[in-house]
Amino acid sequence: MTTPSRFPEPYGHSSGANLADILERVLDKGVVIAGDIRINLLDIELLTVKLRLIVASVDKAKEMGIDWWETDPALSSRARRDELTRENAELRERLARLEELEPGHVPKEAP
Amino acid sequence: MTGLRYVYAVCRPFGTPLQSQLTGIGGAPPGLLHHHGLVAVVSQVPEADFGEEALKAHLEDLDWLAATARAHQGVIDALTTVTTPLPLRLGTVFRDCSGVRSMIEAREDDFRRTLERLEGRVEWGVKVYLDPEPPEPAAAVAARPGSGRDYLRRRRESTHAQEDRWQRAEAFAGSLHERLCRYAEDSRLHPPQNSTLSTTPGQNVLNAAYLVPRKHSEEFVETVDRTKGEAPGIRVELTGPWAAYSFTGEGQS
Repeated sequence: MTTPSRFPEPYGHSSGANLADILERVLDKGVVIAGDIRINLLDIELLTVKLRLIVASVDKAKEMGIDWWETDPALSSRARRDELTRENAELRERLARLEELEPGHVPKEAP
Repeated sequence: MTGLRYVYAVCRPFGTPLQSQLTGIGGAPPGLLHHHGLVAVVSQVPEADFGEEALKAHLEDLDWLAATARAHQGVIDALTTVTTPLPLRLGTVFRDCSGVRSMIEAREDDFRRTLERLEGRVEWGVKVYLDPEPPEPAAAVAARPGSGRDYLRRRRESTHAQEDRWQRAEAFAGSLHERLCRYAEDSRLHPPQNSTLSTTPGQNVLNAAYLVPRKHSEEFVETVDRTKGEAPGIRVELTGPWAAYSFTGEGQS
């Protein structure tokens, strides 16, 4: 799908360039000038490293149906919280059932 | 609403006007700011997108970043057709035009030197890919390994085959690089690209940029074209002509 554009050619330059080609140039190369709006160069460097490593944003990943971390208790605090709530409810229910089986049961008094 | 000034590039004054429909970031038309015999190519961007906090957040958003990078590159491309621009890094933003002027004053010697060095030259990108490994023949898959030893032997053989292919691709890339350097004044070897971001199949073995005088571009492109199909299982990709992004730095070999 790469048709090299021959020089000279008025427009439609950089044909065959993918997003990585463009990002690697406009983010990584080119003259660095400190403008009035400070961009932390370290941020940009981290960003390019991240882009090389992970690529898609979380939203994009979700769009693609990749959301395993949301339900994996080891990775998501929300999932971990959900897990605790669920476990808690289950234990309460079991306790309630046990108490029903023992109508005469009186909770032991705390010392 | 306040607008900030986004600077795409610095150039020498050029006679040909920019395409009238050319748009930059956020659809704003880029204008030329002449100062001290240099030209900054500038457009207005909203503070809501390019203020410090907003910009920081935006940079984490791949879709926003992709659109902005393409718009930035679009303006640079248009400039490349009429002059030799010195491209600035994405996100170079000033409060107002006087900020841009002070920047030019502070860096004008640098700019002039680099513009002179790059005058009449463009950058070409050349990448070499090792095609994805061909699927194992059906027979080999069907015949289950009889023992652990068989399995290990087969694993070893396939690893060796993969190493062979990799070595052949590296040798090819090396010889191509050498040939291309004959037409190029300078070259840079960039880190290989991640195939997910480039959405290109295969493994990127060589990712190089070449600084080539315009008058040698034709020969350069032909040389790259001739290598296509030279080596089985290896793909060569050419991109460009780019503005000399990879060669803007000072004190490089």
